[in-house]
Amino acid sequence: MSLTNPVAYDSKVEGNVIFTRVDAAINWMRGNSLWPMPMGLACCAIELMAASSSRFDISRFGAEVMRFSPRQSDVMIVAGTVTYKMAYAVKRIWDQMPEPKWCIAMGACASSGGMYRSYAVLQGIDNLIPVDVYISGCPPRPEALLDGLMRLQHKIMGEHALADQKKALAETL
Amino acid sequence: MSDPVSRLKEKFPNDILSTVEFRGETTLSVKLESLVEICRFCRDELGFDYLVDISSIDHFGSYPRFEMVYELCVLSAGRHLRLKALLPDDVNPVAPSVVSLWPTADWHEREVYDMMGIRFDGHPDLRRILMWEGYPYHPLRKDFPLAGKPSEVPNVAFSEPAPLAGGPFVTVPTDGTTQVREPRARRAGDLPPREKFLTEP
Repeated sequence: MSLTNPVAYDSKVEGNVIFTRVDAAINWMRGNSLWPMPMGLACCAIELMAASSSRFDISRFGAEVMRFSPRQSDVMIVAGTVTYKMAYAVKRIWDQMPEPKWCIAMGACASSGGMYRSYAVLQGIDNLIPVDVYISGCPPRPEALLDGLMRLQHKIMGEHALADQKKALAETL
Repeated sequence: MSDPVSRLKEKFPNDILSTVEFRGETTLSVKLESLVEICRFCRDELGFDYLVDISSIDHFGSYPRFEMVYELCVLSAGRHLRLKALLPDDVNPVAPSVVSLWPTADWHEREVYDMMGIRFDGHPDLRRILMWEGYPYHPLRKDFPLAGKPSEVPNVAFSEPAPLAGGPFVTVPTDGTTQVREPRARRAGDLPPREKFLTEP
C-alpha cells in the first residue's frame, strides 16, 4: 500500500470543483432564479398566466416563483395597459423591490401605450421606470415572453455587479 | 295595460315636450324640473323597474349645451323607454339625481359627472369614478382634445397629451371609400388623396 501525498491533484476532487469569476457565478445564480413581480394590468396578464402554467412552463427558466409582494421579487413584468391612474401605483411597487431588479415591458401597451393614444393611458412604462426588455405583440404569445426572459438572462450574464461595487466602494473611500 | 306614452302624456300634459318614434324606439323629451316625478311615475305606475343606462350629450356650439338621457326598461316585458332632458345651465350644469328611485343610478351618475362634468343634485356620493380625484378636466366634452391635456396631482397621478401622429384614431372627412378613410392607409400627417381609390377596384 503506497501512500501518496495529494498536493496538487486529487482524483476524488476532480469534477466537483470549478474555477470561475465571482461575478459570473453570481450572474448565473441571479439569471436562473428570477422571481417575477406579475404586474398584470390587462389582457397581457392572461398570456403571462399561460406562460407560467404547464403548457409553456416558465419554471424551465427558473422564473416560476411569482411573488405577489414586491419585496421578494427580482423582475417586474409589466403586462398590460398602464393608465395614468395606475402609473404611480406601478412606480410605488417598483420602488419597493430590492436591488438588483429588472423590468420587462410585456406587450405593446406597456412598451409604448400601444393602440391607446388616449388621454388616460401612459405612453409606455419607460416614462416612469427603467425597462430592460421590451416584448412586442398585442398580446405577445407566451413563447415571446419566454424569449424576453431569456434575453434578460443573457443581459444579466453580462453584468459586472461585483466589479462595479468594488469601483463604487473605492470611489467612496 | 295601456300604452305608457299615452299614460305619461295624460299624467304630465305640460311636461312632455316631444315624442319621437324611430325604429321601434320611443324617446320622450321632458322638462328637467319634472324629470324625477316622471321617472317615479314610470317606475311605480308603468313598471319600468330597470334603469339600463344614464348618459349625457354635449351639443357643443348650441344652447342648451348639455342633455341627459335615461334608458328605462320593463324587465318582465322587455319594453324600453328613453327619456331626455336638456340642462339650462351651460357653465355649471346640474341635473336632479334619480338614485332614490334606482340605486344603480349611483355609478351611472358618477360616470356622467366624471366624463361630462354634470353635477347631480341629491347624489349621496358624487365622486369621480374613472379618472382620479383632482383631475381637472371632463374628457367626454367636445372641447376636450382627443390627445388629452397635461395635468399633475402630486403623488396621485399625472397626464400628458398622447402623440396621435395622424392616426389611427384621427379620422379625416372625405368622400372616398373605406380604403381612403382607413387611417393606416396614410402616413402621419398626410391628408388622404381624394381622387385615389374613389371606386372599389
